[in-house]
Amino acid sequence: MNLIANNLTYKPSEEYHLNEVSFNFKEGNLYTILGRTLSGKTTLLKTIAGLLTPDSGAIEFDGKDFLKVPVWKRNVAMVYQQFINYPHLNVFENIAFPLRQRKIDNEEIKNKVMGSLKSVGLIGYENRKIQELSGGQQQRVSLARSLVKNAKILLLDEPLVNLDYKLREQLREEFKSLFSKGLADETILIYSTTDPRETMELNGEVIVLDEGKVLQVGPAKEIFENPSSLKVAEISNDPPMNIIEAEISNEQIRFEGIEIKAPSHLSKLKDSGLKIGLRSSDIELSENGHEFEVELAEISGSETLLHLKRGNIKIIISIEEVLNFKIHDKIKIDFKIDRAYAFGADGKLASSPFGGNNG
Amino acid sequence: MSKFYTFLKYFFIVFWAVFVVAPFLWALTTSFKDFQSVNGGVTYIPWVDFEPNLEGWKVLIKSPAKGGVDIVEPYFNSLFVTCTASLISIILGTLSAYALSRYTFKAGFVKNNDITFFFISQRIMPPIVLSIPFFLFLSSINLLDSLVGLIVVYIVLLMPIAVWIMVDFFNKVPREIDETALIDGCNPYQAFLKVVLPNSIPGLIVAGMFCIIFGWIDFFFAFILTFTEVQLLPVKIVALNSSVTPWWSLSASALVSVAPLIIVAFIVERYLSKGNLSGAIK
Repeated sequence: MNLIANNLTYKPSEEYHLNEVSFNFKEGNLYTILGRTLSGKTTLLKTIAGLLTPDSGAIEFDGKDFLKVPVWKRNVAMVYQQFINYPHLNVFENIAFPLRQRKIDNEEIKNKVMGSLKSVGLIGYENRKIQELSGGQQQRVSLARSLVKNAKILLLDEPLVNLDYKLREQLREEFKSLFSKGLADETILIYSTTDPRETMELNGEVIVLDEGKVLQVGPAKEIFENPSSLKVAEISNDPPMNIIEAEISNEQIRFEGIEIKAPSHLSKLKDSGLKIGLRSSDIELSENGHEFEVELAEISGSETLLHLKRGNIKIIISIEEVLNFKIHDKIKIDFKIDRAYAFGADGKLASSPFGGNNG
Repeated sequence: MSKFYTFLKYFFIVFWAVFVVAPFLWALTTSFKDFQSVNGGVTYIPWVDFEPNLEGWKVLIKSPAKGGVDIVEPYFNSLFVTCTASLISIILGTLSAYALSRYTFKAGFVKNNDITFFFISQRIMPPIVLSIPFFLFLSSINLLDSLVGLIVVYIVLLMPIAVWIMVDFFNKVPREIDETALIDGCNPYQAFLKVVLPNSIPGLIVAGMFCIIFGWIDFFFAFILTFTEVQLLPVKIVALNSSVTPWWSLSASALVSVAPLIIVAFIVERYLSKGNLSGAIK
């Protein structure tokens, strides 16, 4: 049973929320929609759920016109980024709600709800009020409610974004094991997120969305190794990939008084207006490196992010340890230039260290 | 310093309490007085200052033939009109408010906010402006001086209150709750009845309370739109006044008329203290 969309367009005002979005989702697969806030992720999920009707385009599921089926008959499940539950019902009744709508008998409801509670680790909480649960537990309840339905399409709209760091890690792990248990081979799982790391960890098919437009489709690894354009490179890296305008000639890369020997995959490029892309993790501290000035140093988890400046160039580097720097400190860094990407003046990928290019 | 503030705090509480409680005490003592104890100077304490009797209360239930002013019938008329009008206003008002909160309406330049304002504008106009068209309207359909006519007019007056409170309330209920209900297999009507309404009980109670209060205390429209067939309590109480003001029965009737509101207030207060009015929806 495939979910096929054709040129979905939704433009409620001046800006496109969806701009000719097409895809072909197959059952038993996990699809990750990666995009920044306001890129149209929620709009796309709501359109699939039936809560929004696109201005034009078609959705087909199992060979039938999905747009003619009202929401309540679509058999989809959705988890929102806000923890949405029914405040007037306790945990058990919250999860049982979709089953009660289907007039299933009580014994079966009980079994299914308990099974679902078990899979999200909330056994013993069934008589609690929703308001008495923590954010993470509330999100587990809404996940349990979406699992209990055995829906053919499961939509998860940034389900972890409102949780704190620890819980996010923990739930992400649980998600992974839930999904890999083959959540049912006939489910289409669609997961939207702004977080590239989440995308890589979930390791599904990735759809990169920006301003309502699909920029690239492919397996997570492919998106990571060969981002098709500057935009994709920015969206699929956190912190965003450093983009440096540079010249390449005589097998040398030059920018801001720095000269580096170009690696083989870059040395042949002749375009003018080239931009070099380097991940923040592909720049390291080095005694004999190039001098940069610290503009800002932030410590996140066990990482240190340094915002550096040299002339007109501003870059961010990440270091896998906690280090203390003062603003305006001068430090020396080195570029792992063999990991650099090159993008043409049109923003398209010109060359990647993994061998991909636009040609 | 803190002692001074404590003093100031209690001073104002007592000061305010005197203002609130004194009229009640005054009415309570006066209702047990007769002509002599009212006109014989200032008296407060029963059995010491004056001899209490039940004359003021008895007048209220005696038939006019026996020199009384029977308020039993107007009392039940008022209860009936207020409750019926409030109930219908809450039902219609809640439905309108939900529609105004969740759906977008557009007819030329008229949009959702204009419709909401139209409801509220019914309460902005001075009652005297409304009374003339109401009078002509009711007389043209033969509903002057009838319970049904009064209910119709009260719905017009009370529904804006319900709409106003409930629009605000529904706007605070996340749309995603309705959407989740739809996704979980409810059609829009079921989503409203099974999910939105049960979570709006605090709002319904507040709206209901305001409707009942405003309906119950209305004198103006009851006075203009009824004559002899149907009488409501506020009109009847004022009619007690004759050449000699019967302070005792006026006081008794005032206490009787305020009783239902006190009961409503206690119920709402109970509900408030259970913490159900806030925090139902985060």
